[in-house]
Amino acid sequence: MFDIFRIVENRRYYFILSLLVIALGVLAMIYNVITLPTHTPWRLSVDFLPGNRFELKFTQPISEDQIRSVFQSFGITNPAITRLGDPAENIWQVRTVFIEGQRAQEIRNALAGVAPLDENSTQVQSVSPTVAAQVTQAALVAVVTATVAILLFIWWSFRKAEHAFRYSVCAIAALIHDISIAAGITAIFSALFNWEIDALFLTAMLTVLGFSIQDTIVVYDRIRENLARRQGELFETIVTRSLLETLNRSLTTSLINIMVLTALLLFGGASIKQFVAVLLVGMFAGTYSSIFIAVPLVVAWFERDLWGTKQRAPRIAVAGK
Amino acid sequence: MRQNTFVKLLIILVLLAISVYIVIPVPKPDFVKSLVFWQEARGRDLQIKQGLDLKGGLQVLLASNLPGGVEPTAEQMESARRIIEDRVNGLGVSEPIIQLQGEDRILIELPGVTDRNLAIDLIKQTGQLEFVDAGFNPLPDGTPISTTYSLYGGLLFPQTSPTGKPISETLNAQATGRVYDTAFTGEILQSATPGLDNLGRHIVSFAIKPQFQGDFQRYTSEKLNQAMCIVLDQRVISCPTIRAVLSADGTISGSFTRESATNLALVLSYGSLPVPLTIETTRDIGATLGADSIRRSLIAGVIALIAMVAFMIARYRLPGALSAASLVFFMMASLALFVLIPVTLTLPGIAGFLLSVAAAVDANVLIFERFREELRGGRTMRGAVEAAFQRAWPSIRDANISTLITCAILFVFGNTFGASAVRGFAITLSLGILVSLFSAMFVTRTLMRLTFSEQAETIEARRTALLGV
Repeated sequence: MFDIFRIVENRRYYFILSLLVIALGVLAMIYNVITLPTHTPWRLSVDFLPGNRFELKFTQPISEDQIRSVFQSFGITNPAITRLGDPAENIWQVRTVFIEGQRAQEIRNALAGVAPLDENSTQVQSVSPTVAAQVTQAALVAVVTATVAILLFIWWSFRKAEHAFRYSVCAIAALIHDISIAAGITAIFSALFNWEIDALFLTAMLTVLGFSIQDTIVVYDRIRENLARRQGELFETIVTRSLLETLNRSLTTSLINIMVLTALLLFGGASIKQFVAVLLVGMFAGTYSSIFIAVPLVVAWFERDLWGTKQRAPRIAVAGK
Repeated sequence: MRQNTFVKLLIILVLLAISVYIVIPVPKPDFVKSLVFWQEARGRDLQIKQGLDLKGGLQVLLASNLPGGVEPTAEQMESARRIIEDRVNGLGVSEPIIQLQGEDRILIELPGVTDRNLAIDLIKQTGQLEFVDAGFNPLPDGTPISTTYSLYGGLLFPQTSPTGKPISETLNAQATGRVYDTAFTGEILQSATPGLDNLGRHIVSFAIKPQFQGDFQRYTSEKLNQAMCIVLDQRVISCPTIRAVLSADGTISGSFTRESATNLALVLSYGSLPVPLTIETTRDIGATLGADSIRRSLIAGVIALIAMVAFMIARYRLPGALSAASLVFFMMASLALFVLIPVTLTLPGIAGFLLSVAAAVDANVLIFERFREELRGGRTMRGAVEAAFQRAWPSIRDANISTLITCAILFVFGNTFGASAVRGFAITLSLGILVSLFSAMFVTRTLMRLTFSEQAETIEARRTALLGV
């Protein structure tokens, strides 16, 4: 009988589910590395690549969305469109990934079909990436450093509990889980729907990191409290009790976050949709992992039984040294 | 206790009133503006500053202008781009874009900059290279300094001081900040190249033009074992110590990497920009994300907020309504802080803010869930209020401390490597977290205490309707 409340006992199912999702993401990344011309796990946007800059002067007013749809009809999913000068001048700048001369000309013609172009003031030129590789590297180093700092902080914060180090390692495991899922799903969408990652992707990952830690710490904190208050109870019972006690809060908070993000996804502008979608995935993963990964992992470590299938002597909670 | 709570309420109302006044877009009188003395006078308008992705700014297109129509090499253009990037970063403009365009152009976008002359002056500045006498105290790289040459055109070689003494002696007697003597300008250099010494360390070798070799020899013998700083645009690039008497050529050694040695050699040989550049066009540009897009996202944000408040009230009833009030306080106070500091809002910055809104809501949810637990556990209402805040505090504290640690690290890295998106995210998130702590632990608590001590009987009478427990 599968009991939804026996989270810790049934941990293997949750672990397998997560591993499956992560594996799918990794497969998508591998697929992208092989098939994409850039050999990267995601399709990169013009932010990371040399590309083209269109400077377009129209003789009639045209909207950003109209320009966007022309580029999209040529398979350029994520052009960066900017208005230049006074709105009355109808001058626009569009940054895209690299486009061959022939196709660039076709796009120009298609644009001229939507609104007449002033050919003399319209030009297409190549540009270098806006986000340098060194910036991306620096951000990665920052994330790794931050992760180590959080590991140390949780370790210190749980110093009164038995084996505090295990809690912090499992929190980091949950964090890596969340980032992998968010990055993996992006890779899948990148393979299926030609999603491109831009400078905002980095921000999305940082935000996912934040969500993840907050959720995990709240659940851990309840375990810490219950360990102190209920000495003598079974460790697994205390952990399950703590999970259930924080479940209301976890669900309420993530429901509110999901509401906010869904509103942004449905009603927000086109240019942030992908960003919001990644956040939504990451936030969902963060709540899920705080309940189904971070805590069961701690129990698994204490019981030396990853899948929760061994026959075992019940473990009595020992709190405080 | 009761009086105390009313004083707190008064503090909250005053803070809220000030925040609202700062945030609403009405023109503020000059004396109010002068209160934010820490901001630069130029942009002291008490309005939320928006980055390029939100608001747009100034776009400058530079073209190479080598004599005789010579095409610059890709290397020259790249180093010119880097030098301009350094200068723009020195200005503190957030999220600038400096791109190579085509073979011989550089495209620069400066968010929030409206003053064309400021930007243009900055880019055009040719980059004055100076060799400065720093005595026995080498200056750290990157130190901004005043020099006799930059202030008065004063030089030790050729001697320009009428008294025959170094100009700095006269100046330092009266001036407030230290002025350093400029020994030479970049004019004396014939060439500079990166290389390796016989221990395999990276060095920069240079040659002096024949007509300056005598002066250079005199100077290096006088100042042997003292520091001679290489200064570009009044900022120390490198501060080597003179180890030998030099005349025609020499080497600069230090803790160079291949890249930094190449950069220094480039700076030394080209003065500043390896290619002379002219301004082709400057113009105002719209937001990268598109104005339509931003307006829609703002509307979506408002819808989301209303839904959030409705949900809090539906779930937590009276406390939910109080938390809505404290969330309003949180947002106003955060935005007011962004104006006061000032923080330039970019999309990553807004994402950071959004995460702090989530943290603020979460703090309230944690407290109210505790409140319900304590009520169900049989506590009195006032007892439950106190217990809820006390018990929820460790989780709120630890969750937010870990976020603040993350922010601090992201900020340092973002600053060091010019990843301004990362920095913007960290700034708004950490400010938001601090304000959210205050709004949950002080504002919500005061409102709860006040309501539950003043209206205890009314609430008790309609407990199910007002509390849902």
